[in-house]
Amino acid sequence: MIIAERKPMAEIIEMVQDCKKVLVLACRGCVTVCSAGGEREADILASLIRLGMKKGGKSIEVLTGSLVRQCDREYIDEIDQWNGEYDAVVSTACGVGVNFISNLRKETMVYPALNTTFFGGSAEQGEWTEQCAGCGDCVLHLTGGLCPVARCAKSLMNGPCGGSVDGRCEIHSDVECIWQSIYDRLGSFDRSAQMEVIAPIRDWSSAGHGGPRKVVRDDLTV
Amino acid sequence: MSFDPAITLFSCHYTSQQSCAEEGKELEQLGFPSSINLVRVPCTGKLQVTTLLKAFEDGADGVYVVGCPEDGCHNVKGSIRAAKRVAAVREALKELGVEGERVEMYHLPRGLHPEFVEKGKEMDSRIRDLGPSPFQN
Repeated sequence: MIIAERKPMAEIIEMVQDCKKVLVLACRGCVTVCSAGGEREADILASLIRLGMKKGGKSIEVLTGSLVRQCDREYIDEIDQWNGEYDAVVSTACGVGVNFISNLRKETMVYPALNTTFFGGSAEQGEWTEQCAGCGDCVLHLTGGLCPVARCAKSLMNGPCGGSVDGRCEIHSDVECIWQSIYDRLGSFDRSAQMEVIAPIRDWSSAGHGGPRKVVRDDLTV
Repeated sequence: MSFDPAITLFSCHYTSQQSCAEEGKELEQLGFPSSINLVRVPCTGKLQVTTLLKAFEDGADGVYVVGCPEDGCHNVKGSIRAAKRVAAVREALKELGVEGERVEMYHLPRGLHPEFVEKGKEMDSRIRDLGPSPFQN
């Protein structure tokens, strides 16, 4: 899922300084699961916006609402139920949601309440870790299912580097050396010889270096 | 300049049950500050961040929570969850440029013990020193 974190309140308060009414709009997708931008977090943010504005001597009306997802046209249409009730939307969706509202509602000012951070999973309650970089050319079949693009600090395609010590990465002892883990995992399947195959120089155009990416499925378009 | 603070206390049923005996008169006789509005909850683990923030929105100058000892919560982890949420509110207050000390968590034994009154006095004194809530503008 997409992992995100709330922006600092000072940044959010600055965004809504000139607003009299805002709609804090939650997303019931990924950001609900990672406890960053679901209905509960939207309620908390609404309260913090009211308090922050009050501290600055201003009053503001803050509505809250939520959409099933903010990354689908059909759900964005549901924003119309709040037409005329706000000066701006403060979206607690990921950056995709903010973009989608901006794309589809030309007249609506949308502010991001979150910093969208990475594609990850829940390592344990309250802790999420990056697992995928969305690079568009998956090599997991060669690396024991562990991603060197997202999980190696240098995104090395031929690792480990000289900074691998006791299975930990040189950038921090808390960070596992994913290439050590790849080696160990391939070994457990008697495939460690795969490490000796040199990965060629990579074409990163699929990773966004060739501009914004797009997927079109002719079998689904009508 | 002195002022009369408004302090909201959320206390778990088990910690506060004897404090409410005789409509709180015993508490009053023991010197529990009149500035404190006691709200009993079935378990402090039920308190949400929004509940604590709402108390500030409603005009509290300070908010605190009294729950069971960390290793003796009637609902196992209720008071630990409450402490985490109090800590989250404290950080949020700091982000807004407000003293984090305006919100506090105490873990106290069940029943009416001297500590329950002492912590009330401690909060009352602390909030008087801090002055009115910056959210009162």
